[in-house]
Amino acid sequence: MRAALSTLEVVRPSGLDRALAALHDSLASERLTPLAGGTDLFVYLNAGTHSGTRFLDVSALRELRGIRVTKASVKIGGGVTFREIREHADLNKRLPSLVAAAAEVGAWQIQNRATLAGNVANASPAGDSLPVLLAHDAIVHARSVRGARGIPFAELYRGYRDLALEADELIVGLEIPWPAPRAFSFFRKVGTRRAQSISKVVLSGVLEQDTRGVVTHARLAWGSVAPVTLRSRTAEAALIGQKPSAAVTESARRALLDDIAPIDDIRSEREYRVAVAGNVLEQMLRAADARFAKD
Amino acid sequence: MSDKIAVTFTVNGRSRRVSAPPMKRLLDVLREECGLTGTKEGCGEGECGACSLLLDGKSVNSCLVPVAHAAGRRVTTVEGLARGAKLNALQAAFVDMGGAQCGICTPGMLVTASELLARAKGRVPSDAEVRDALAGNLCRCTGYQKIVDAVQAAARVGVQASRAKTGGAKATRGAKRKRAAKPPTAHAKKMAARATTKRRVTARRAKSKHSARRLKSR
Repeated sequence: MRAALSTLEVVRPSGLDRALAALHDSLASERLTPLAGGTDLFVYLNAGTHSGTRFLDVSALRELRGIRVTKASVKIGGGVTFREIREHADLNKRLPSLVAAAAEVGAWQIQNRATLAGNVANASPAGDSLPVLLAHDAIVHARSVRGARGIPFAELYRGYRDLALEADELIVGLEIPWPAPRAFSFFRKVGTRRAQSISKVVLSGVLEQDTRGVVTHARLAWGSVAPVTLRSRTAEAALIGQKPSAAVTESARRALLDDIAPIDDIRSEREYRVAVAGNVLEQMLRAADARFAKD
Repeated sequence: MSDKIAVTFTVNGRSRRVSAPPMKRLLDVLREECGLTGTKEGCGEGECGACSLLLDGKSVNSCLVPVAHAAGRRVTTVEGLARGAKLNALQAAFVDMGGAQCGICTPGMLVTASELLARAKGRVPSDAEVRDALAGNLCRCTGYQKIVDAVQAAARVGVQASRAKTGGAKATRGAKRKRAAKPPTAHAKKMAARATTKRRVTARRAKSKHSARRLKSR
């Protein structure tokens, strides 16, 4: 049953410091749930599956806005929407995987409202942007009344929807180091339909090769194949130090089976997900070969 | 019980002030408090797009927007598209080309397509662009092709209208050269002068609206 929306309380702080103080103070009673674009939260409220009654509206906080490009990295404010990511010139040029993921989060109506930090905080194993952040070694910037800290994205999820954040910490932004100029990056989401679907399998990958064609850096980050977004480290190890070949691809596919743990659920089945994950990996490796061959 | 808050926003060009609980859905406020029932509720979870409206020109699912987020902003619903009894080009194209069937998805389709046409700025969007824009609007009559055709037809009308207004400023190069060879007719001069005045007025209005918004947000 839908939550009684008229009974919900919203705190609308005028600045980040006040927001953090309110979040901290709320721990004494009912913790405030941060609200940004509301595209996940209102789904839960409409379905009656969110039990909280107090919300911290961070949507107007200027401190969470903006995409800042530096020489080494890009800093994306927690309140940046997927629409803004889709339209950002530098991201289109240098982080096409993130742009591709942004373009597949729901559709325009969701992309116009949903924020990157919201996707991270919602912590769904099917979150579209999460494998990209993991594959690109993103840093999660969190703040609380005690100060700021950066958490490697790889350490963010301790378990299913269990974030390595204190209850009074707010995700204020994501920092992503720019991939090496010759790096190959890949994004593929497999869903029930091409648009507006929740994924069955997501892969974001990054590969680098040296001048001899030997793989020197490999990141394979997956969504919807385990309780958390994860890297398939055994499959990555099967690629590092190797020159691409059919045998290497096959060994990476086999290694992948040790890394992922998909389940049968409403959207798909384990067997299907395993087969598709292998196929998508193969597709990525072929695309990488074609790209590196051109260089 | 949470206190109601006063929210002032612009709906279809008219300023409205409502008193509502902050987390009440914008969809419900428009339907129940503003009497604007053109915006439909479908799935209530941001999947179907039936409740789409424009918030500051951007399409959103109003079943996922708290009314508090509309404060000081421009809301455009399907009721805001027509000028009085006259349908706009997009609505007319939907009617003419069979883009509207059972009608439940139509208001959402129209407002999201309006965002696309505004973004396209007088260009006819490709099939893929229209389908990307409308991916979040589900039509269970499955009449998508006619909807795509209608959006492109409306864009073509827009392109023709802007060519007429600007005296062919957006015409093809060849056509431009041809026209350049001839001195402009009195009618073309009149139309161009009208277009310039209109642009100035629009710019002035936009500027004053913008500063009003800035003042409000302080």
